[in-house]
Amino acid sequence: MTKELIKGNEAVVKGALLAGCKTFFGYPITPASEIAHAAAKFFPILGRTFLQGESEVASINMCYGAASTGVRAMTASSGPGISLKQEGISYAAGSELPIVIIYIMRGGPGLGNIAPEQGDYNQVVKGGGHGNYKTMVLAPNCAQEMCDLTIHAFDVADKYRNPVYVFTDGFIGQMMEPVEFPKARELNIKKDWALLGNRETRDNLVNSIYLDPHELEDHEIHLQEKYREMEENEVMFEEYKLDDAELVTMGFGIVSRILKTTVDKARKKGMKVGLLRPITLFPFPKKQIKDVAEKAKSFLVVELNNGQMVEDVKASIFYSKPVHFYGRMGGVVPSVNELLDKLEEIY
Amino acid sequence: MAKDILEKPKGFHDVYFYKPGDDKENTHYCPGCGHGTAHKLIAEALEDFGVADRTIMISPVGCSVFVYYYFATGNIQAAHGRAPAVGTGLKRANPDSIVISYQGDGDLGAIGGNNILQAANRGENITVFFINNAIYGMTGGQMAPTTLLGQKTMTTPYGRSIQNEGYPIKICELLASLESPTYLERVAITDTKHIMKARLAIRKAIKTQIDNKGFSLVEILSPCPTGWRMTPVDAKKWITEKMMDYFKLGVFKDLTKERKPYSPPKMNLNLDEVEEKLGLKEKPPTFPSTMSDIKEQYRNPRIKVAGFGGQGVLMLGNLLAETGMLHDYNVSWLPSYGPEMRGGTANCQVHIDEGQIGSPVVTDSTVLVAMNKPSLDKFEPDVVPGGLILYNTSMIDRKPERTDVEAIPVPATEMADEIGSLRVANMIMIGAYLQKTGILTKDSIFAALDIAIKHKQFIPMNRQAIEAGIEHVKNMD
Ligand SMILES: Cc1ncc(C[n+]2csc(CCOP(=O)(O)OP(=O)(O)O)c2C)c(N)n1
Repeated sequence: MTKELIKGNEAVVKGALLAGCKTFFGYPITPASEIAHAAAKFFPILGRTFLQGESEVASINMCYGAASTGVRAMTASSGPGISLKQEGISYAAGSELPIVIIYIMRGGPGLGNIAPEQGDYNQVVKGGGHGNYKTMVLAPNCAQEMCDLTIHAFDVADKYRNPVYVFTDGFIGQMMEPVEFPKARELNIKKDWALLGNRETRDNLVNSIYLDPHELEDHEIHLQEKYREMEENEVMFEEYKLDDAELVTMGFGIVSRILKTTVDKARKKGMKVGLLRPITLFPFPKKQIKDVAEKAKSFLVVELNNGQMVEDVKASIFYSKPVHFYGRMGGVVPSVNELLDKLEEIY
Repeated sequence: MAKDILEKPKGFHDVYFYKPGDDKENTHYCPGCGHGTAHKLIAEALEDFGVADRTIMISPVGCSVFVYYYFATGNIQAAHGRAPAVGTGLKRANPDSIVISYQGDGDLGAIGGNNILQAANRGENITVFFINNAIYGMTGGQMAPTTLLGQKTMTTPYGRSIQNEGYPIKICELLASLESPTYLERVAITDTKHIMKARLAIRKAIKTQIDNKGFSLVEILSPCPTGWRMTPVDAKKWITEKMMDYFKLGVFKDLTKERKPYSPPKMNLNLDEVEEKLGLKEKPPTFPSTMSDIKEQYRNPRIKVAGFGGQGVLMLGNLLAETGMLHDYNVSWLPSYGPEMRGGTANCQVHIDEGQIGSPVVTDSTVLVAMNKPSLDKFEPDVVPGGLILYNTSMIDRKPERTDVEAIPVPATEMADEIGSLRVANMIMIGAYLQKTGILTKDSIFAALDIAIKHKQFIPMNRQAIEAGIEHVKNMD
């Protein structure tokens, strides 16, 4: 396949179309708008549906409708818009609908700014909407992964009948890098639960109400089973120079890129430092972190927020080793030298 | 309702298997409730038109949340007020299905107000049945947007007042002000005569969708004896005397004759055609690596390009990255971010590297291309010792202060003006950069131009500018 120099936000759209996505429903918001722009350009010429909804509330509910017919459906947004989508995402999780949601983070609570923060980790990893549900969260750190993980998101969304986020920051969305696109795929996924508008599926029901407490409990136990299966089968992570690492750095999205360079520089200074990057934020690579902690002396978690993933790292190792945290907020991105200083301070 | 057991309507399930509990025969509605009658008329129509197999009913949030207990069709339950958006998704994904949104007045008129308005305004080819019972039944009798003036509810215990709650909303009249909807009518479930009229309206609305003629909605004034605290008989009387006085029955819009049927074109592309349309079939030319032939300090550059918005700064960086990719290097291009983007200055950061690129951010740059003075002022200190600064002397009236870097003056704006467009100053800089370093070649830059420039008529002028930049550096040696 040919390589193309392309923005992460556009690689998402081409990836989605190669994965057979049939419908895109969105509402503009920086820094995710380029996804809608590219979708508006490419979906119609492939005979697929692009529609700008009247709000994020509407677009996620349009996805809810489209996904229930068995086709692949997606939307894209950022903080304020994702907040509005939460009710719909909770419904989709409860009704077990596969929907792919691209989340390009921006800064701050409220209107904040459009700079790259990572303050929405807890929102997507811990639920976000109401009820006992989880969504799978994939965290790309380059344009190639924006494509590949979008395709993967559709596959796991279908496999588990669950909403899946592709979750990253404005840097990864706006950055251009070469992407090698895979081949377009024929989809032969049987969805016998879907509403196909025919005799065979006439008794099908897409629904999240269970009035009877026992029935609802059964349903929710079933959901938890799925989440456990995801934890067993779907964890993804990247290891970098961990073999002899005494200090393990961790970060996702743009931070992992900066950490990689920092690790290289620290190694040149003789420090035994490595990087463990979670690619899936849920399911979180708990076991892998615990394994790494057997040998490592301490951790440094870097995030563009007030310290969110760091709590999951601590819990993963049962608070057995020091876990340091370095965070910047507001869209301020730490430089390699800044992180190097921090490493030297705690090493 | 006892009546349901005796004559189960066509289009209903024989046994309500989705209904929990032991009673799978009776509906969950209160005696005298209008929902049952409305359900029956809709179900019969779907059967009579022979479209029940194709139909997907949307259950709202409200007393009719259990629409799916009864209708022998595909069923989906939607969040409060969102049925028109869900219906839009259903219909767009499968235009052959018949999509029916069934909603109460709280659901449609209050929380879902914008969703119904926008779906109607898009002319979605769906059918909406809107049960106006002037109250929230499900949650225990609170005010609805259609609650009449003076009407007492749990949340208007002294009666609805104009000052506090405003006038009741007239949905049909509101939607009739839009161009898109095809058919809008208000009917009532009271006596046989009115029910027969309702029956016809319901049929017409469904037929409108079957004929692919666009958005249809029937508003049904419907009794809620429990919510109104009346007997079923008094409830019907109240509709006739009070509701019909404010909510006039009738057709508010009917373009069923004028509207042409429309269904979206079907396109069945094979996988090759999909890749083709995504532009993934084109094979860009490739160029050999240059790194080993060039001076150490020019290898694997970390480049910062900065200038005014409009000086083509982002394009300059883009083209460097594009060309680097054609040489099979790893590359990254990051635009300046945040408030600066809309302010006057722009910058971008480019890596071209034989190895993996970690951070795409460029802080200690090995190359600075400064198109204006603020850019030189701001970024000169970040250049590594031994680095390279190309600066636009047309806009910068000083030399770089650093003595530990290589500085190349280029009167890029003036040279561009001579060529005929200030916009190609960025290309002059590219020409200068490649001639100075040798990391990219004229051929590879030209190939990248072909890929990166959308308007092909500008390519010759851009090439000319690149050549001028090359000549400028040659003449300096
Ligand atoms: C987001 C949200 N807000 C509030 C509710 C609670 N609620 C359930 S039904 C309802 C009112 C429904 O009234 P209406 O649409 O008039 O239907 P009816 O019950 O009268 O048939 C409300 C407020 C909810 N389920 N979801």
